[in-house]
Amino acid sequence: MLLIVCPWCGPRDESEFSYGGEAHIARPKNPEKLSDEKWGDYVFMRANTKGVLLERWVHSHGCGRWFNVARDTVSYRILAVYRMGEKPPKLDKTTYV
Amino acid sequence: MTPRYSIFSLLRNAASYHQDWPEAWRSPEPKPSYEVVIVGGGGHGLATAYYLAKEHGITDVAVIERGWLGGGNTGRNTTIVRSNYLWDESAQLYEHALKLWEGLSQDLNYNVMFSQRGVMNLAHNQHDLRELNRRVSANRLNGVDSEFLTPAQIKAFCPIIDLREQGRYPVLGASLQRRGGTARHDAVAWGYARAADARGVDIIQECPVEGFDIEDGKIRAVRTGKGRIEARKVGIVVAGHSSVLAEQAGFRLPVQSLPLQALVSEPIKPILDTVVMSNAVHAYISQSDKGELVIGAGVDHYVGYGQRGGIAVTEETLAAICELFPMFRRMRMLRLWGGIVDVCPDASPILSKTPVEGLYINCGWGTGGFKATPGSGHVFAHTIARDEPHALNAPFKLDRFHSGFLIDEHGAAAVAH
Repeated sequence: MLLIVCPWCGPRDESEFSYGGEAHIARPKNPEKLSDEKWGDYVFMRANTKGVLLERWVHSHGCGRWFNVARDTVSYRILAVYRMGEKPPKLDKTTYV
Repeated sequence: MTPRYSIFSLLRNAASYHQDWPEAWRSPEPKPSYEVVIVGGGGHGLATAYYLAKEHGITDVAVIERGWLGGGNTGRNTTIVRSNYLWDESAQLYEHALKLWEGLSQDLNYNVMFSQRGVMNLAHNQHDLRELNRRVSANRLNGVDSEFLTPAQIKAFCPIIDLREQGRYPVLGASLQRRGGTARHDAVAWGYARAADARGVDIIQECPVEGFDIEDGKIRAVRTGKGRIEARKVGIVVAGHSSVLAEQAGFRLPVQSLPLQALVSEPIKPILDTVVMSNAVHAYISQSDKGELVIGAGVDHYVGYGQRGGIAVTEETLAAICELFPMFRRMRMLRLWGGIVDVCPDASPILSKTPVEGLYINCGWGTGGFKATPGSGHVFAHTIARDEPHALNAPFKLDRFHSGFLIDEHGAAAVAH
């Protein structure tokens, strides 16, 4: 069970949040000119990192706001929480084989 | 030559107090090169090696496994086997597997304890009922045995379910696949390993993959903890770690690795002689031959490689089990564990060639790979041997996420994703 620090509400139980997957995916600028491959990548391909993953969470049973989290997907340790629009903090990338 | 297991070998070995049984498979050091290297010594990988040798005459094969055989999802699942999937493509693939299950113990000369005790899927509301009826009809059109049970028929088939209408989850009907059931998961890995080894396949454990040597877009070798192994063809069958290996080979997969958990109770006398699944409340339950209740829970909805699940998910599942089977309320749980399942956006697997020539991938089975083990190995061996998919796995190519020909099985995967 994760303890997630919402940037607006403070530390709350994981069950108050919903997961939004990989963070920082930009919507294509010229969607009508995009090839099928590029569309497929945009819609379906997601980072599935074993190590530090930048991901989005939403405090759905709280303030309802989205924010970003840097989390280690092996130890489940949350390394940083930062607001939408902010740049991710510099972190050592833990590598697992 | 591996000696056959039989009543006579059992008697012969009884004379020596069962001290002289030979090892079921060799543990050789890897050769410098093989025709085919299979990465991943779970059920699917070992089955692939077995069918490469048996069906295609390719015996210069190594299976490399970073841990021990069947120590991943093969030994962590709830051992349920069924083929009642909605769409034509999946129904045919899983039915192919079920037909292989039916002769597997004889084929492998190894008792995988396949028990066709029936698999029942419950409906708790009007929508469930409609979906269930649709699926039963679709199954029957595809030649998959499936029937609809009314509450009275459910009570006759599985008397311990609580059918009083004041329950939290009223049971309005169920689908039943009588040919479905359970199998002994470890025995599947061991049986395939022994049978593949007997045909000349090298099984190499404690041999993690560190990278791939790729030249001009073609696979040349696998770098491992036991040295560089050259290979003409390589198959990746590693479930939860598929994206990690795909990244090492330079391509991306649409899968997300999520923790899925299961638990068993203390052993009790025989009480439940079928498999009961409920899609809506995230619970499925059967009883093992040892007497433990085997309970499957849902996935944690975030990427995780930790092989453990959140306690909230366990509680939700056990609450549902206690509602459906009030008599289990005072049972104590014995063990709880997690496995890392690789879930595709359409909840269907990927059995495919990859952008790298000579490199093949079998992944994305998500929460339900065990039931497909023989069929998956069979068609994946065909894909590797012929360098083109078998008719049954042709729709399950990686390319479908670009072409849009998805096979949406969220409804039939039993665990909502």
